[in-house]
Amino acid sequence: MRIRCLEFSERAKGALRDEMLQQNLQRIGVRFKTARDLAFAALEDPESLREMGRALKEKAIANLPLLLETLEMRVKEAGGVVHWACTSKEARNIVCEIARTKGVRTVVKGKSMVTEEISLNEALQAQGIEVWETDLGEFIIQLAGEPPSHIIGPAVHKSKEQIADLFAQKLGVPKAEAPEELTRIAREKLREKFLNADMGVTGANAAVAETGSILLLENEGNIRMSVTMPRILVTVMGIEKVIATLDDLAVILALLPRSATGQKLSAYSTIFTGPRAPGELDGPEEFHLVLLDNGRTRILADPDRRQSLFCLRCGSCLNVCPVYRKVGGHAYGWVYSGPIGAVLTPQLIPPRLARELPFASTLCGACAEVCPVKIDLPKLLLIMRQRLSEDPNFDGGVPLLPRLASRAHGWILTRPRLYRLAARGARLWSKALTEEGRWKWLPPPVGRWGKMRDVPAMQVPFSERWKKLKKELLGGVANEPTG
Amino acid sequence: MKVGLFIPCIVEQFHPQVGEATARVLAKAGCSLDYPPDQTCCGQLQYKTGNWKSARDVARHFIKVFEEFEAVVAPSGSCVAMVRKYYPELFRDDPRERQRAQSLAQKTFELTEFLVRVLGVEDLGARWRTKAVYHDSCQVSRALGIKEEPRRLLSKVEGLELVEMEQGEVCCGFGGSFSLQFPEISEAMVAEKASHILATGAETLISAEISCLMNIGGYLKRKGASIVPVHIAEVLVQRGK
Repeated sequence: MRIRCLEFSERAKGALRDEMLQQNLQRIGVRFKTARDLAFAALEDPESLREMGRALKEKAIANLPLLLETLEMRVKEAGGVVHWACTSKEARNIVCEIARTKGVRTVVKGKSMVTEEISLNEALQAQGIEVWETDLGEFIIQLAGEPPSHIIGPAVHKSKEQIADLFAQKLGVPKAEAPEELTRIAREKLREKFLNADMGVTGANAAVAETGSILLLENEGNIRMSVTMPRILVTVMGIEKVIATLDDLAVILALLPRSATGQKLSAYSTIFTGPRAPGELDGPEEFHLVLLDNGRTRILADPDRRQSLFCLRCGSCLNVCPVYRKVGGHAYGWVYSGPIGAVLTPQLIPPRLARELPFASTLCGACAEVCPVKIDLPKLLLIMRQRLSEDPNFDGGVPLLPRLASRAHGWILTRPRLYRLAARGARLWSKALTEEGRWKWLPPPVGRWGKMRDVPAMQVPFSERWKKLKKELLGGVANEPTG
Repeated sequence: MKVGLFIPCIVEQFHPQVGEATARVLAKAGCSLDYPPDQTCCGQLQYKTGNWKSARDVARHFIKVFEEFEAVVAPSGSCVAMVRKYYPELFRDDPRERQRAQSLAQKTFELTEFLVRVLGVEDLGARWRTKAVYHDSCQVSRALGIKEEPRRLLSKVEGLELVEMEQGEVCCGFGGSFSLQFPEISEAMVAEKASHILATGAETLISAEISCLMNIGGYLKRKGASIVPVHIAEVLVQRGK
């Protein structure tokens, strides 16, 4: 997938001008958020559940090497094959190689962010393999040739009218606007692909080390079909998705659907272990599990950034993020968007290519309030800003000028007399620039700010008013009105 | 109680009347006040733009200026959150400095929480006949968990009718350096906030965070709205109208 994170500002501006997109974003923000809030409010003790989620992820990530080895062992015992991939390229090559040696011609895919991360579709297609996204949202954006704009709802940026037009144009069907009708069209098209596919590819919501089982949650049944129908099944997962036990899985099952869609349980919860065993009726003949690192062990190595790996990919931080709700997922320029995208992206791709993203947040904290595993996203955003700006090992490429300005400002702030003098100078200067309390011209960074807002004029500062005020307060006239 | 008054830079330079009101409110509540003249700023801008080395220098200066007081009070949630949440983090690798940062963090308060939680004062004898809406700044309400206190103080203001806005918990789009770096996104956010505020029909917009007020107030003024943005300290010194 092409990395376009450096275009964030430009694409955000484009998104703000796109009225249709603004309407679509408004709708999803409210709908997902309300559903999530209601689902958690119905729980007796939602906080404890989130604490449990946090604790199990903390433990799993702390024991990651052991859990991964246990998982590998159990998957092998169940008859599966385990592959380790350090990079996206290695993961792509592994899947392409399986497809090539097994003579695969058609692949059906379940919705998966990690296969977007490794650009799997393009690699398979380059080998002449037909690849079909079978999740309705993914199917829509595949037809449109777009990347997903939301972790859970990849096509949430589109209205049903836009989808109707897309189907009519790409599938040659008469224009149908009822969602039921659109779903029927996709279902008919995909049913034929399921029946002909040689290989299914999925991601994983979690993998249970003690049993070697994979969890997949969905509402359409397409993932279950992708898992059970083709003769070969490949599951690609980030190594951080492993959890220790089935008891932990129960916590994930309680948290994830509630956070993602506000459901108590997804319509389909598939938990499978290995390929079809002798005597079983369905399931693939072969099961391959690809464990992807792609920068995750580097995150693991930094205790401050480690909680980035707790993410369950529920998307709830996107739904409440006031920035995401204005600019949508595509502005972020890669696979993951919203607060978690702004944190993960510069850790998974070369940092300088995503240097703007951690700064594209007001640090309002709405994300941390809903995160099912209590990731402190504002803190991670701050840590990423620091790493990008200051850490020589991080090659952030943050422009020098604002950095120097911030440091010079900081230097002045440790020298009170210089600070007062500089402020006085600025005030004298500002007098020449204001007329009846309004600015005629504002210096550059504030100028952009002031394009849409009135900027207050500088006043005789409090520090110069204090002496008189102190006398007044000590003189016992403290309680008089200010006027 | 010997209280050190911390006047954040935006108040100092642009809204000194908020500082004056804060001092009057605290004096009325019985505090013995002082304003240490060497104070500058909390270093939040440096911290939030990732320049932690600079932020540490500013924080050291701040700690030196304020650590002798029994309590430090500021009319701003974000500056207090900086001192309370992030100073101890900044010095976590140096036990001695961390200790100083922690002890200052524990006695640094946002104005409304100091009045209600620490002093137990709710009624300051203010009178103002107005229909007002209170804006929950993210730094006040989320970072510091202060939602009740300002509302309790406002409920004691004679004549003041407090109304709530739709989606009050959503950020106004300021975010410090964010609004300078991404002015268009920030504008879209403040526009939405402004529409919710105007829909209440309130005449007065109150907040405990000066930067939100500057953002929302500046936008509303540009749009020609007549609603008056005021800091809660300014409300608490009103004596009738």
